[in-house]
Amino acid sequence: MDLSTQYLGLKLKNPMVPSASPLSHSVDSMKRLEDAGAAAVVMYSLFEEQIEHEAEAFDHYFAHGAQSHAEAVDYFPEASEYNLGPDQYLGLLRQAKEALGIPVIGSLNGVSTGGWVEYAAKMQQAGADAIELNVYYIPAQVKITGQEVEDRYINILHEVKSAVTIPVAVKLSPYFSSLAHFAQRLDYAGADGLVLFNRFYQPDLDIEHLEVTPNVVLSTSEAIRLPLRWIAILRGQVRTSLAATSGVHTAVDVLKLLMAGADVTMMCSALLKHGPQRISEVLQELDRWMLEHEYVSVAQMKGSMSQNAVADPSAFERANYMKALNRYR
Amino acid sequence: MALHSEKKNGQARVMVTIDGNEAAAFVAHKLNEVIAIYPITPSSNMGEWADEWSAQGRKNLWGTVPMVVEMQSEGGAAGAVHGALQTGALSTTFTASQGLLLMIPNMFKIAGELTSTVFHIAARTVASHALSIFGDHGDVMAARSTGWGMLSSASVQEVMDFALISQASTLESRVPFLHFFDGFRTSHEVMKIEQLSDDVMKAMIDDDLVIAHRQRGLSPERPVMRGSAQNPDVFFQARETSNPFYDACPGIVQKAMDKFASLTGRQYKLFEYVGAPDAERVLIMMGSGIETAQDTLDYLNARGEKIGMIKVRLYRPFSAESFIKALPSSAKTIAILDRTKEPGASGEPLYQDVVTSIMESVMNETSPFKKLPKIVGGRYGLSSKEFTPAMVKGILDEMKKESPKNHFTVGIYDDVTNTSLDFDPTFTIEADDVVRAIFYGLGADGTVGANKNSIKIIGEDTENWAQGYFVYDSKKSGSTTTSHLRFGPRQIHAPYLIDRANFVACHQWFFIEKYDVLKPAVQGSTFLLNSIYGPDTVWDQLPRHVQKQLIDKKMKFYVIDGYKVAQQSGMGGRVNTIMQTCFFAISGVLPKDEAIAAIKSSIKKTYGKKGESVVKKNFEAVDQTLANLFEVPIPAAVSSVIEMPPVVSERATAFVKNVTARIIAGDGDMLPVSAFPVDGTFPVGSAQWEKRNIALEIPVWESELCIQCNKCALVCPHAAIRVKVYDQAGLQDAPSTFKSMPYKGTEYKGMSYTVQVAPEDCTGCELCVEVCPAKSKSEVKVKAINMKPQQPLRELERANFDFFLNLPEVDRRTVNVESVKGSQFMQPLFEFSGACSGCGETPYVKLVSQLFGDRTIVANATGCSSIYGGNLPTTPWTKNGDGRGPAWSNSLFEDNAEFGLGMRLTVDKQTEMARELVVQLASDIGDSLVKDLLEADQSDETGIYEQRVRVRELKQKLELVRNPLVKQLLSLADNLVKRSVWIMGGDGWAYDIGYGGLDHVLASGRNVNILVLDTEVYSNTGGQMSKSTPRGAIAKFAAAGKPTQKKDLALMAMTYGNVYVARVAMGANDAQTVRAFLEAEAYDGPSLIIAYSHCIAHGINMAKGMTNQKLAVDTGYWPLFRFNPMLESDGKHPFKLDSKAPKLRLKEFTSLEVRFNMLEKSYPERAKELAELAQEDVRIRWEIYESLSRPRNGVEKKSEPATAQ
Repeated sequence: MDLSTQYLGLKLKNPMVPSASPLSHSVDSMKRLEDAGAAAVVMYSLFEEQIEHEAEAFDHYFAHGAQSHAEAVDYFPEASEYNLGPDQYLGLLRQAKEALGIPVIGSLNGVSTGGWVEYAAKMQQAGADAIELNVYYIPAQVKITGQEVEDRYINILHEVKSAVTIPVAVKLSPYFSSLAHFAQRLDYAGADGLVLFNRFYQPDLDIEHLEVTPNVVLSTSEAIRLPLRWIAILRGQVRTSLAATSGVHTAVDVLKLLMAGADVTMMCSALLKHGPQRISEVLQELDRWMLEHEYVSVAQMKGSMSQNAVADPSAFERANYMKALNRYR
Repeated sequence: MALHSEKKNGQARVMVTIDGNEAAAFVAHKLNEVIAIYPITPSSNMGEWADEWSAQGRKNLWGTVPMVVEMQSEGGAAGAVHGALQTGALSTTFTASQGLLLMIPNMFKIAGELTSTVFHIAARTVASHALSIFGDHGDVMAARSTGWGMLSSASVQEVMDFALISQASTLESRVPFLHFFDGFRTSHEVMKIEQLSDDVMKAMIDDDLVIAHRQRGLSPERPVMRGSAQNPDVFFQARETSNPFYDACPGIVQKAMDKFASLTGRQYKLFEYVGAPDAERVLIMMGSGIETAQDTLDYLNARGEKIGMIKVRLYRPFSAESFIKALPSSAKTIAILDRTKEPGASGEPLYQDVVTSIMESVMNETSPFKKLPKIVGGRYGLSSKEFTPAMVKGILDEMKKESPKNHFTVGIYDDVTNTSLDFDPTFTIEADDVVRAIFYGLGADGTVGANKNSIKIIGEDTENWAQGYFVYDSKKSGSTTTSHLRFGPRQIHAPYLIDRANFVACHQWFFIEKYDVLKPAVQGSTFLLNSIYGPDTVWDQLPRHVQKQLIDKKMKFYVIDGYKVAQQSGMGGRVNTIMQTCFFAISGVLPKDEAIAAIKSSIKKTYGKKGESVVKKNFEAVDQTLANLFEVPIPAAVSSVIEMPPVVSERATAFVKNVTARIIAGDGDMLPVSAFPVDGTFPVGSAQWEKRNIALEIPVWESELCIQCNKCALVCPHAAIRVKVYDQAGLQDAPSTFKSMPYKGTEYKGMSYTVQVAPEDCTGCELCVEVCPAKSKSEVKVKAINMKPQQPLRELERANFDFFLNLPEVDRRTVNVESVKGSQFMQPLFEFSGACSGCGETPYVKLVSQLFGDRTIVANATGCSSIYGGNLPTTPWTKNGDGRGPAWSNSLFEDNAEFGLGMRLTVDKQTEMARELVVQLASDIGDSLVKDLLEADQSDETGIYEQRVRVRELKQKLELVRNPLVKQLLSLADNLVKRSVWIMGGDGWAYDIGYGGLDHVLASGRNVNILVLDTEVYSNTGGQMSKSTPRGAIAKFAAAGKPTQKKDLALMAMTYGNVYVARVAMGANDAQTVRAFLEAEAYDGPSLIIAYSHCIAHGINMAKGMTNQKLAVDTGYWPLFRFNPMLESDGKHPFKLDSKAPKLRLKEFTSLEVRFNMLEKSYPERAKELAELAQEDVRIRWEIYESLSRPRNGVEKKSEPATAQ
């Protein structure tokens, strides 16, 4: 069975790619993902916040209370050098590249253009095969227009693209007025891939302590519906690679997304829940199902049920909602 | 350490700008293999450097990284060094003051065994009537009988040079050496000096002598025994065998000095004569004062005087021969200056040695004199008292007299025994081409750090010589710093503060309202002020005294809104870089562009490794500065009506007004001897008069939201937020803004309740807001306490607080002390300390003062708590309306448990004596009162109140009785009221230096209460590792993270079985804390409370200190428990685990603290490994405690209820 696929111009042995998660916090656990069959790995995100503010916070608390008292002129010994968050990230990326045979994709997470974008180039230098640019942005101010939000993404993409020569994928949220149009803008602006979709930490309320408690809830297979729709719609309309993320738990999920048009399917919650071996289970099941259904390759299946490829394209659009409603009635 | 090279005599010279401690440590680290360290101010930095360098892998002269080990005390360090030396290592240590005294027993041994070593000493005052961290020769003089060589450095350059010369000398002579220099004045003075090269060190240190030292070490290959016990028949003779070594030693030192001169061009002499060859007046002294004296006599000799001085370098072995040879025969008057005091001696040590040497020279006819000169001795500079050219001139003037005063003092006004010399304080020798700049800043604004950088820039990027010295006030929050910078074309020999400045910078506006900042400014000097007012409006905002001096002294005046620039560039409150840029721009020491480039390069050096964004932020501040710097035209006339407010309130006591207030105002130097108590005894309750107004924001009470839990008052480190219940009638004359509400609850039904802030004493830490559980139902961000700007509230709240204080205190008999809420109705008798804003220790100390303060004696170990508790000018310990309160004393660092035990023994003995006398006088007193007095139940406040009534009655009765025993009983009767002895201190004391004593006191079974304020480091000396420091935390002396786990002092104490032990963390469970304090005090035996105290040395957000405490408990890092032996005797389970099994990973706690997460940045692999072990420590500790809490045979677990949070 030929499970291979192309993503961001990289030839991958199968479509299973673990997405950015704590599982890439060490070389050991990335190695376990590779051993379980992952075709590539997206490392956890290096945040703009981390790059810009971690150093400042560290300096602040390191120096807090210093030079104030004759007996305690400071409180910490100086080291000859500090391995700050970004340095650690790059170090890990470098080690991962040495230890792993599969492509390693660096993940850069931020909301503005600025000095932090330089880290894209540093990731490339550290050996990253590609970069996933995760624009994690909640436009909460009423003055910001949809156009400005889109421009922000495009500007960041421009900056990153001009800093590196490796492929760059953009991980998106689903919240755009005209996602297809925006996907095309990203395509024209040079995005090599689109990753659909980001799952935001959502706020929750602790009504005992009257506090807002943002947290992440692990996904279930239900969550694939949203990327499934948009991948099906975008397949054929944009030139970029398409990655599906959110709700990928089973071989069936993978099959559906591939048929919708995904080049790769990204897994996170399932791995956190069941461990890296989940990948090999899914791959076995994928292989079995394809064999059973007489598919010969992933390439053959990819996009076979995209909007362009199905008999009733409107099934992916609003009518579908009406129909569902009618049926409910 | 940035370097600047220049060529001289073909030799490449490396110039560095460093302080004395770094200079000593640099050589010591190069020339040793084993270094044992222990923190003590002002020498701690030497150990810190050594530890840091070894952690970084820096190698010594022989290519190996010296092994650095911290010991539990200086005694331990000396022992470890002794052992290392005995086995042939090159070994050293660094210390000062009491630390050196603790080394003395080993020093006798090391010298007796003729062992080569050098100890580097930042000479410091030995505590007597008071502790002082500052410099004099009291410590080294106390060690002068040990048989060690003593070599004295007078400047930072000499520190580096003599560190090497002493090492070369000890190896050859086999006499061990104390290399000493003046604490702070030299140890902390930053100077541009030449750094010794490896080549020079190699040339000075003879490898054969090193190998000979190694060969003398104990080895089973060539076994010997050393350290025998000897009897009267031989000890004496054997002791005399070392004489030839001492005889040879001075010659060896001189030889080393000569060789050193050939290598570096700097020639030193054992006794170095300087000045006029035909001097009639000759000074003899050692230490940094000789720099001042030499500059002064050079100045005076150039004006026709004939003065000379002998600089004493090698004080021991004292070579009388070399000394006599150095004396000019022309001398008519000799004055010997000692920087120490030996009460009762015929004179101070150097004086005695000089007099003896001269008399011996007369006797053996080697004296250079035809007529014996007049010889006088005097004391100067105790505890870093300034020693200035004016004082030198005063001494020289006195020496001109027919009968100059002997045994004089200089620098103080002694109006009691009239020892002091007069001098003209206006006399100065400062040259005009030396820039003398003073900078007033806050600790928090980074002024000192920026000035240290400025000196490095000037020292290393220009041809100028530079010097910096920094003065701090004794507060740990909102402390004022004064930086003294000199630079000029010649080497600077001025180890005294600048009192004539040609540049004054004031980095905080409020200083001009509080201090006379322009007092040191000279005619035509420049004033730079950080001001929110621009050049057009600032003049009208200046106080009168500032305007007047600007005009009278024809000064130039510049302003910058540093606050604005700091905000714009993301620097927050740190105006350091901004003010530094202004200084360079105005002073013109470098061309503008070069100056900016140099500042930026220095920023890059300082912050580069901490991240690009920190560098960028500072760069931006530099770039924005010049556009915001303005010169202000000075009007012709003074127009201001703003005067400086009085230092303390008119209502203060006479002592506070006459003495304390002058110290607060910075005029302590002017106070005469007669102003002071003769034995170090001070009145309590003085902190209330020192209104510091350091909070930018203070808590404001929203009574309608308040649930009256009193948690805010409990956690307040400064007793600046208080609660009271009182009769509503008391509100009659309340200020209109005074807030009050009906008391909620049954115990004080119908009464009123108030939460009140002390606006001028609050430090703005926000802990009260953090713990406040009451949130608005319609807008949850609004709590029952919220921070608001202090300035607009100051006057109103001051009046409200005064009114609040005058409301009657609650009757202690009515308080439910067992609750957090109840405990806080009791008056705090520890208030407004100088502890850090948000301090984690002081809420516990305050709680003791509330629960037991009116009958407590406190023994306080040296450390943070003794400094915020007892550092002049004021003390936070106070008394209540009846005049009762904690009586407090600090003995030493190492002996506090024993000190407290002694107090208990007195209380027990005197109580026993009082009871015996009551029985003996029973017929006069009356049986009923006797019975009541002797059988009184004093287990609660009512019992204590009633016993006090009985004692009063007893005293009244005794007044009428004629019996010789009455006088005795009257002096002891107060002991019939139960007294509480509290032994307090930090973990450095309890876990390390004081542990032996603490253990013994626990074993004594006596009724003492030991409170360990556990910050897990030596906080007071700057965060050095103790045995309480947890695994994986970085601390000074553990620069690579502590590899071993924290000692479980609580578990160890429990093994006695009869010791009450509690582990508490107020931020996690305040009810358990209060309960533990009450139980500990009630237990008639030794009690130990280990209190988790978050600390500024943890590198945390201090406003969230209580949250960190909670996480410490929730992660199992700090399990809470109480072990009460009383329960066991009642057949109940004595061990009560008060916290739940860990519910979070340790990381949730450690990631919030720089002390832990710094290791990830400096040594990531090691950090990971230690973090895993630390998590395992948590698991194991929990298992142990859990197993202890399980029901035991015959003991049921049900007994004790858990303390609910």
